[in-house]
Amino acid sequence: MKRPSIGAILLGLIPFAAVCFSVSLWDRVYPMILGLPFNFFWLISWLLLTPLCMWGAYRLEESGAAKILSKKGRAD
Amino acid sequence: MTPRIIALAIIAGIVAAGSLIGFLARFRRTMDLEQWTVGGRGFGLVLVWLLMAGEIYTTFTFLGASGWAYSRGAPILFNLGQAPLIYVTSFYILPLIWEAGRRHKLQTQADFFQVRFGSTFLAAFVALIGVVSLIPYVQLQLTGLGLIVETASFGGISRAPAMIVAFGLVAAFVFVSGVRGVAWVSIVKDLLLLTAALVIGIAVPHIYFGGVGPMFTALAHARPAHLVMPGTTKNLGHAWYVSTVLLTSLTFYMWPHYFAASFTARSGRILRRNAVLMPLYSVTTALVLFVGLSAVLVLPNLSNGDLALLAMVRKTFPAWFLGIVGGAGALTAMVAAAIQLLTGATLYAKNLFRPILAPAMSDEKVATLAKIMVLVLTLGAVLLAIYSSLTLVSLLLMGFAGISQLFPGVVLGLFSKRVTTSGVFAGMTTGIAIALFLMLTGRDPYYGVNAGFVALCCNFLVTATISLLTRVKVGGFDEIPDVPASQPGAAY
Repeated sequence: MKRPSIGAILLGLIPFAAVCFSVSLWDRVYPMILGLPFNFFWLISWLLLTPLCMWGAYRLEESGAAKILSKKGRAD
Repeated sequence: MTPRIIALAIIAGIVAAGSLIGFLARFRRTMDLEQWTVGGRGFGLVLVWLLMAGEIYTTFTFLGASGWAYSRGAPILFNLGQAPLIYVTSFYILPLIWEAGRRHKLQTQADFFQVRFGSTFLAAFVALIGVVSLIPYVQLQLTGLGLIVETASFGGISRAPAMIVAFGLVAAFVFVSGVRGVAWVSIVKDLLLLTAALVIGIAVPHIYFGGVGPMFTALAHARPAHLVMPGTTKNLGHAWYVSTVLLTSLTFYMWPHYFAASFTARSGRILRRNAVLMPLYSVTTALVLFVGLSAVLVLPNLSNGDLALLAMVRKTFPAWFLGIVGGAGALTAMVAAAIQLLTGATLYAKNLFRPILAPAMSDEKVATLAKIMVLVLTLGAVLLAIYSSLTLVSLLLMGFAGISQLFPGVVLGLFSKRVTTSGVFAGMTTGIAIALFLMLTGRDPYYGVNAGFVALCCNFLVTATISLLTRVKVGGFDEIPDVPASQPGAAY
């Protein structure tokens, strides 16, 4: 069973840092952006940015899986 | 035609169409236990997406989230914060759970514990936690459905008959089509729910304030405290936010029905792609919150916050649209309840009844018992919803506290070679005991921290300590021989 790589885990920690641990930095009403209070704007942005991070993690995992498969192929 | 009849006719039409699709989903397939519970492990990206989205956008998202935004304000941001993180967590653990499921023919969450830790009693304990925690969750869907029909009919149809009819249909299509039926009904429900959320979320602020921006400006002037944590509450501040978001986003997939949904995928890669895309779907949650926040200024004196969204729709739109929203909400409740009933019934038949009471039972008999249990659980949940709606929130919180205590066993079972059966058992028991104690004695949040999170931390500590003190029997799934493909359902 293949475990996730360090790079993929680091990419996954970015959304955790942005929407969870840093709450006291962004939980405010002003500046309002696009008509939204700052905290709403921040969290909604991360609904769109998280897929980018995880797409990066996906690419990393897939290329890792491809390498393992090609090594196995050569060994055979 | 009166508005009441128009709204009700549309709700009934949507519910009937959705149920029909549920029945047709079994078309040309024999329904053995494998097909009924995990769809033969053949679902592609679209069906898995629909199933998981269908399960996750429950009645709580629709009524509860807007209700919290209305009554509590900014603490509901936890719902927006957890949304992307649930899928980040799932990216790392679901493909591994799927892999174990394929190699060892797992159909339920308790099967996972059975195979990994080689203990029938641990598996039965996990199944018991699952069934007990699912019942209040089904009850929540029922009560939500009752509220919807009652509001949409302008009080003309009371909750009890609406709940009985809708859940009769749910039990019937789960009985006939299993998990495939649920996934297909999700298509109708998702289309309706997305449309409804988009229209309401944009139109309501626009009609009353001239847009989302002016709505927030007005709210920031009138009720500035409503828009930052702790909102209108005293104790739901930043510590509560961080602990709640961590608890729910890490342990979300411990709900047995979400856990088992990963077995339906055709490959682990599909689950990863699903995890990448799912946060985009959560944008609708934000729109639903806008409706609840608009209601703060437009309808400031509602007795029940959970009615905020429906009351706004009824006040703002024509009856036929109220019917569509009501129909979408009713189908949402039915889809969520369907998968919960299916999972609870399978857990009971396969992991509690057979191993403890009737070890010689055949797979066919287990499948029959599971189907009968769907009817029994439905009846139980309907009775509970009719006779006791008061303790609903506390029941649900207790359910979540119980379910989240399965997390250390699953994660350490996947990633650690050193975790032992006694460790997991001791950790789980400790976690549940602490969560129940804190919640029942009114200590949630505990010093500003979510009580379930406190319990989870203690659980991890006890699991680790006892594991290090006891001897390892099996060091991971890799050490367990695969079940041959020719032996369906023979997990043990």
